Amino acid sequence: MSDKLPGSDSGGPPPPAGRAVLQLRVRNHPGTMSHITGLFARRAFNLEAIACAPVGDGTSSTVLLLLDGEPRPDQVERQLAKLYDVLEVRHRPDLAPRFLERLAGILGGAEP
Amino acid sequence: MPPPDQGNGVGSTATTMKITGADLLRTLLERQGITTVAGIPGGAILPFYDALHGSAVRHVLSRHEQGAGFIAQGMARVTGRAAVCLATSGPGATNLITALADARLDSVPLVAITGQVSQSLIGTDAFQEVDTYGLTLPVTKHNFLVRHPAELLEIVPLAFRLAESGRPGPVAIDVPKDVQCAAVEVDRWPEPGGAAPAAPCPDESIDALCQLLFETERPVLYLGGGVIASGASELARALAHRASAPVVSTLMALGALPPEDPLHLGMLGMHAAKGTNLLLEEVDLLVAIGARFDDRATGLVREFCPRATIVHIDADPAEIGKIKPAFLGLVGDAAGILRRVLDRLPARSRPAWTARAAALRSAYPLHHPPRAAEPLHPVNLCRFLGEILPPDTVVTTDVGQHQMWVAQAYPVRRPRTLLTSGGLGTMGFGLPAAIGAALALVEAGAAAPGGPRVVCVSGDGSLLMNIQELATLAELGLPVAVLVFNNGQLGLVRQQQQLFYRERYSASRFSAAPDFAALARAFGLRGARIDPEHRPLAALAEALASPGPCVIDIPIHGRANVLPMVPPGAANRQMIAEPASAHA
Repeated sequence: MSDKLPGSDSGGPPPPAGRAVLQLRVRNHPGTMSHITGLFARRAFNLEAIACAPVGDGTSSTVLLLLDGEPRPDQVERQLAKLYDVLEVRHRPDLAPRFLERLAGILGGAEP
Repeated sequence: MPPPDQGNGVGSTATTMKITGADLLRTLLERQGITTVAGIPGGAILPFYDALHGSAVRHVLSRHEQGAGFIAQGMARVTGRAAVCLATSGPGATNLITALADARLDSVPLVAITGQVSQSLIGTDAFQEVDTYGLTLPVTKHNFLVRHPAELLEIVPLAFRLAESGRPGPVAIDVPKDVQCAAVEVDRWPEPGGAAPAAPCPDESIDALCQLLFETERPVLYLGGGVIASGASELARALAHRASAPVVSTLMALGALPPEDPLHLGMLGMHAAKGTNLLLEEVDLLVAIGARFDDRATGLVREFCPRATIVHIDADPAEIGKIKPAFLGLVGDAAGILRRVLDRLPARSRPAWTARAAALRSAYPLHHPPRAAEPLHPVNLCRFLGEILPPDTVVTTDVGQHQMWVAQAYPVRRPRTLLTSGGLGTMGFGLPAAIGAALALVEAGAAAPGGPRVVCVSGDGSLLMNIQELATLAELGLPVAVLVFNNGQLGLVRQQQQLFYRERYSASRFSAAPDFAALARAFGLRGARIDPEHRPLAALAEALASPGPCVIDIPIHGRANVLPMVPPGAANRQMIAEPASAHA
């Protein structure tokens, strides 16, 4: 459990609003995506893109979330970590541009 | 509390047995120590109700599923343990949702079990089919759709663990009818689920808090419902006295400290005493304990405690810094954290600061006419109730003016003796919550045989929202007295229209009103109406002294307002303190 709990320090200024990629490890069952996406609507977080795929033996999935212009990224992270089906939350600062380009390319290519 | 012995201990290698999902669910509830559930049967949950037949689990039949949800809440709020409510699919489930949302916002542990149409029918718009999983998702701490009866072995204990652990909350379990009917082999029983211990917060954080508490000049403790939930009331009081720190409470924390405590300044925020809000302007250290900086408490957030360093203690890491950045956050159980602080913190007296708090407290008393002049003024009424009711009386309220008068003027002396819908503000909460509280007290042997020990203070608007539960009350004969503060209006709406909408009273006044005493009698209950002209308080005391459930209709003045009041969106120091109308 403790690996998903963000630290108790909330001193210092919040990270700047901008683009950030979060990677989640989640339980793989039909309700999980509803829990995650529902959170974004309910708390008015700015979610720009989402991708999800099962990993390993299929009992868990990896979700990538792209936040855009979110003024409270730490709050997003904490609310996600609170969800029972979310096992781990981490930042992927390395991933932002590639992830976006690939996703856009694939979706663009799928158009008729 | 210990689970009934089913002849199959944990890890026992007893013979494998084959039972239905419904029987399995009932047995798992029994093993959780659940003795009373509230609900209403219907098609999709009939197999489970069949399994309840002849069970030792007592079923309380409410008259609306929302009533069942609030009956369960009443039990949970009094005991601190997760209580269970039941409903069928479709409208049964949708009717539960308000009670679940209410439990979510006030962090009340509940386990709601709903029937669902059989899995082969899910998604076909079948009779009484609704997406209960989707509907309960945003109003629960977690929710489950059970796909196989064997999953119940994991889900039921987990539901109780989630409901009671950390920051408590409601958990919903949706059980399709075929899952209830299917047979499953059980060879070992899981441990019952319960509150899991919180991870301790680091020593450095405790030391940092102690240092702040010792070195700052004007500390205040800001208590929320989490203090009561974690059983930390006495510890919070001890800390206040050790540090000479005045205390302010949210609505949900009333009862943590008795109002007589010289350091207690009562409720903060929208309907606080003016001195309480003014004190917060001067604070240099605010220690929030199990509180969430709700807008009704803070007023305009950027103006709240403008000079204070903020320390936030909470079971929920997402609350730290959610509304107001915290200099120091301590995640964990409030009782455990306060105990560690008390182990290390040296006493410090702050005579000037505590004198300042006392001066502000006495400088701004509630405005109200003397009792002799107007005995049924709501403030006088609440004070009178405080005099005649034993201090362990559980008081529930509905939502509106009467709720705020209780919060301002009724002396809540013990934890878990004020049950009120704080976060969601649900009218209709009071009566079924009182029934649930009385069920829990009677079961614990704590209800007096002589008279009412649970008092529901309601209004003529709120009471009608779950009036059908008077039938449940009559059936159970529980020691509940319902007091109707009757002003013929949606009083808090009318008050806001008077103060902020140029006295344009839009849909806030009733032109027809039921005779509540006659209504009570129609349900088979004792009903009384207090005559304001004839010894009203003595008549009220007499009506309360008679045994058995009753409804007492108390006419109050239609222009009485809850004051002081911070206009919505304003800073807490901008209070309307004086009675605005001619009526005092």
